[in-house]
Amino acid sequence: MFDFLVSFIPRAVVQGIPLLYGSTGEIVTEKSGNLNLGIPGVMYVGGICGVIGSFLYERSLADPSQMNAALGILIPLLCCLLGSLLMGLLYCFLTVTLRANQNVTGLAMTTFGVGVGNFFGGSLIKLTGADVPSIALSATSNLYRTRLPFAAGLGWFGQVFLSYGFLAYAAIIIAVLVSYVLNHTRMGLQLRAVGEDPATADAAGINITRYKFIATCAGCMIAGLGGLYYVMDYANGVWSNDAFGDRGWLAIALVIFTIWRPNVSIGASILFGGLYILYLFIPTGKDLAVKELYKMLPYVVTIVVLVFSSLRNKRENQPPESLGLPYFREER
Amino acid sequence: MIHIVKRKEMPFAHAMAIRFGVIGLALIVCGIVTMLTTGLSPIDVYGTMVSGAFGTMRKTWILLQETAILLCVSLALVPAFRMKFWNLGGEGQILIGAFAAAACMITLGNSLPAPVLILVMLATSLLAGGVWALIPAFFKARWNTNETLFTLMMNYVATQLVAYFVIVWEVPKGSGNIGIINQSSEAGWLPTLMHNKYLLIVLVAIALTVAMYVYLNYGKQGYEIAVVGESPNTARYVGIKVNRVIMRTLVISGALCGLVGFLLVAGSAHTLTTSLAGGRGFTAVMVAWLAKFNPFIMVGSSMLLEFMSSGAGEISTIYGLNHSFGDILTGIILFFIIGTEFFITYKVVFSKKGAEQHV
Repeated sequence: MFDFLVSFIPRAVVQGIPLLYGSTGEIVTEKSGNLNLGIPGVMYVGGICGVIGSFLYERSLADPSQMNAALGILIPLLCCLLGSLLMGLLYCFLTVTLRANQNVTGLAMTTFGVGVGNFFGGSLIKLTGADVPSIALSATSNLYRTRLPFAAGLGWFGQVFLSYGFLAYAAIIIAVLVSYVLNHTRMGLQLRAVGEDPATADAAGINITRYKFIATCAGCMIAGLGGLYYVMDYANGVWSNDAFGDRGWLAIALVIFTIWRPNVSIGASILFGGLYILYLFIPTGKDLAVKELYKMLPYVVTIVVLVFSSLRNKRENQPPESLGLPYFREER
Repeated sequence: MIHIVKRKEMPFAHAMAIRFGVIGLALIVCGIVTMLTTGLSPIDVYGTMVSGAFGTMRKTWILLQETAILLCVSLALVPAFRMKFWNLGGEGQILIGAFAAAACMITLGNSLPAPVLILVMLATSLLAGGVWALIPAFFKARWNTNETLFTLMMNYVATQLVAYFVIVWEVPKGSGNIGIINQSSEAGWLPTLMHNKYLLIVLVAIALTVAMYVYLNYGKQGYEIAVVGESPNTARYVGIKVNRVIMRTLVISGALCGLVGFLLVAGSAHTLTTSLAGGRGFTAVMVAWLAKFNPFIMVGSSMLLEFMSSGAGEISTIYGLNHSFGDILTGIILFFIIGTEFFITYKVVFSKKGAEQHV
């Protein structure tokens, strides 16, 4: 049992980290009253922008394995943040400035973002005229996958707690920080006020537009890092189309599952990561079909949580009151 | 000082003219984007797109069929949207309908005569789609559970359910595919009308468009849907049973999605895969919204999106690019149209300080 956990937990964690990024980003966004269904697209864009940045940088060098470590990490990171930021700005411009419907805008962003990811993932080599068979950014990936040097010597402790790249720890730190900011600072209080009742917040002198823009863009940037983590760390720097799958939607499910709490999301995303790969560990013998049913678990669990939180109707467990609704000051 | 004023109702023709102008503008931007990424001249790009969509008789028919299917999904979602119930579960409802049809074809294919089999398939598909939509609707009606998120999750439950049965029914064992169902007997396949295997689906879509328009605009139920959408409290006050309207409308919405699943399995694909719905449940949300939930305008908007995707598909095939190029172009067009609605609903007024008392 112990050996099983030591091998299972690290795999659940690496599955969970992209979900944690996605859900933390979406929580920040939803707290401002914006239901951003474009998160799956944003995560694709974040991933592919990192890939493009690192691909161009690696190609500009004669020998990629000799690259400057700081640049090798910073270039993909900044490209990823920039790409996600642009997606966030687009969403905000359409829904906040132009008051468009959030569901439609979000779905369009997902179509667009997944398209951008798969298009550049599939055509980057042809577009740049490179003579490599596939996008394999092993040099960059090695930087992202750098472990603490002494972790390997610590036995099970090292394997469970110290066997991850720096982005995994960053995800947890960001989630804790976001949780603190939301619940213990004036900025967080004002942000929650915007999401609950923008008219009241407006009357109290809070700049609704600014809060919605900042929260949504920050949320997109956090979510984009999930895409970067996935391709650079989990996938060893190899981009394959549609490999990221429906993790973006799973991240949105996590937001409900954790009832809009980023600190709960740390454990919950690892749990979801575990559920996502549980089928690999359950001895079903030759019956491959049952494994497909196990993959259903995260979604069923989310539905159950959604139903129960509406059944019990506790005020602190509800979605932000104005979630999904645009705010028109003139229509008060 | 800039401020924003809601317009008086803009004349319909005027608003449509703006929308078409914007679509033109979006197409120009798409041309520029294509030019930048592929290095082609924009005229070649559009030429390729048009020939990809309408180049041959067969391509035109395929475009019409795809448009018809997307249109049917949008029509299915419209009653729910008019009620301001965000049914994002079209994808799952289509899949579950397709699953029901395929299940009948596989289990009953040899024991029932063809017409009876098709009727049984149709009935189970409608039922399956309806039930799949009724589940979130029931919780919405009773406990106000968030329907956007609930229907979204139901998609993936349906996907995994189908994935399970694809492996159970796979032919040959271990391939992970069902393959063409009843290939030799063609049991459960929709008949071809006038030697044209695409025509039937197109006719179904046309009939459904008219029926949905009449249902929404000239019936008691359509009226109830509109009132519940505008204000549930008003609806209660005038004696409409809101809970019943929500559940009834969603059963209709889901059943029609199930019908699309039936059409896909019995009419065109003759197989069952997890990607059979192909994102139509989401695309249809945008189709319906672009058309302001008007069934006749939806014919145009679904045609536009299918044209873009087949045209972009042609571009990517010819120039060796990835097929997702179409999604990028579709995304650009959607962003343009989404942005335009603001200028149709509102106007921006620039006023100088001294003139403010006139505003």
